[in-house]
Amino acid sequence: MSTGTTKLDVIVSDVVPVNELVTRFHFRRRDGQLLPTFSGGAHVVVEMRDGERTRLNPYSLMGSPLDTREYTISVRRDDVGRGGSLFMHRSVRPGLEMVISYPVNLFSLDLRARKHLMLAGGIGITPFMAQTAQLAAEGGNFELHYTCRTASLGTYADVLRERYDRRIRLYHDDRDERIELDRLLSTQPLGTHLYVCGPSGMIGWVRDRAAALGWPSETVHFEHFAAPQPGLPFDVTLAVSGKTIRVDEQQSLLEAIEAAGVDPPYLCRGGVCGQCETNVVSYDGKFIHNDHWLSEEDHRSGCKIMPCVSRFEGRSLVLER
Amino acid sequence: MAAKSIISRPVYGTLSPQPGKHHLFIADAEGALAISDMAGRAPAGFFDGAEIDFIPGPDGKHVAALEALKPAQFHQAPSFASLLPRLKQTLANAHMGLRLYLAGTEGLIGQAMQVALEAGIDHTSIQTEHRGSLARRMQCVHCKGITENVTTQPATCAHCGLLLLVRDHYSRRIAAFQGVCINAEDRSEIPPMEEIFR
Repeated sequence: MSTGTTKLDVIVSDVVPVNELVTRFHFRRRDGQLLPTFSGGAHVVVEMRDGERTRLNPYSLMGSPLDTREYTISVRRDDVGRGGSLFMHRSVRPGLEMVISYPVNLFSLDLRARKHLMLAGGIGITPFMAQTAQLAAEGGNFELHYTCRTASLGTYADVLRERYDRRIRLYHDDRDERIELDRLLSTQPLGTHLYVCGPSGMIGWVRDRAAALGWPSETVHFEHFAAPQPGLPFDVTLAVSGKTIRVDEQQSLLEAIEAAGVDPPYLCRGGVCGQCETNVVSYDGKFIHNDHWLSEEDHRSGCKIMPCVSRFEGRSLVLER
Repeated sequence: MAAKSIISRPVYGTLSPQPGKHHLFIADAEGALAISDMAGRAPAGFFDGAEIDFIPGPDGKHVAALEALKPAQFHQAPSFASLLPRLKQTLANAHMGLRLYLAGTEGLIGQAMQVALEAGIDHTSIQTEHRGSLARRMQCVHCKGITENVTTQPATCAHCGLLLLVRDHYSRRIAAFQGVCINAEDRSEIPPMEEIFR
């Protein structure tokens, strides 16, 4: 049972290569109606039917929330990932019928803020595409600092500069340009909220510095792009449904549970929302926790696992599913 | 201590030193003691980046104790109203990294928080500690007039004269408890007045 994830039948209306790694996909409703409204920072879960396998990956909506004729996502090709992004890049063409979830927002703007300070790293730019469009339409006060490896991999940097001019500041790794983070965080007016999306190292760095410099935690918002990582195959016993299943190298534990006909709740499929939290009945081995939901204490306890992104290595694992 | 009741009734904690670049303390009367107590738990040099704005009140005590903490700035004011322009100015020029600590009577905490909310600080980001009087700032829901230092239940509106039940229903926006006419059906019915908010 997928909480809050009513499905939308869509058709791929356009596929646009953006640069050597990123491709943009446009979806419209098959029945020609408008899509549901969403707010900047929302994502949809895209169902990828790849032969016998079904992958479900979350992607941020990057279009303007003011235009619900279509949804757009941008997918960065990950050659060593589980194959979801490769499927999107290789197999999805205009006219393909697909199924996506209703939008869910776990990275929304706090509209009480006097100013919105946004920090993006790499493909972490996508939720900010929607958020900046939303804020610009309301005359909102924002500033976006965007770090990318090279100018050619600065996905949408040109579009953002054209739309918002000096509100966008770019940093290129290959030119050794770095965000002066402490100075940036120390010069923001009272009432500023901070938003960060990018690699987990960047998110950790920004959160640590913000906390040390006196930013209250309720003013710091972040979204991890925690795609499930591939790993060694392992066997799991589902105690409630009485099934024993195998999780393949390229499959997430959640996908394996679903493939066995068990339907646990989920929302983000990225280790942040907490919906698929599962109790461990017993285990002999070691957990590879990749989520950002459970506390460190939970991780150490061996009593809980987030099957959307976390894995297991060892002799046996029994879950309460 | 203030008793817990409905969800809108503010609850206060114990001041604790927060990470930050600047620390602004607003206190009245016995609120000074909350700051002194917290100073014992603060890291060395904490008050080098601190400003204390203090309203001693009628007793005029605790000034020396606060000065002894050697804050970067120490400012005394005879009333909250006289402190207000300074507080607004400080917050208008402040940056993220400023932490706010409020200690003392409910009226002081509520009014300082109201100014802080207007300056964009979330109420959950503010450290508070209640010390001293439980006297309430009350808004008459009928004439909207504010009556300060209400200690009785029921209480008379200082503006329209209605006899009001002082509710635990609190407004952060106007920094006041709500007072609702207690004998609207029959004005001749006068319940006994008790002093309960001391």
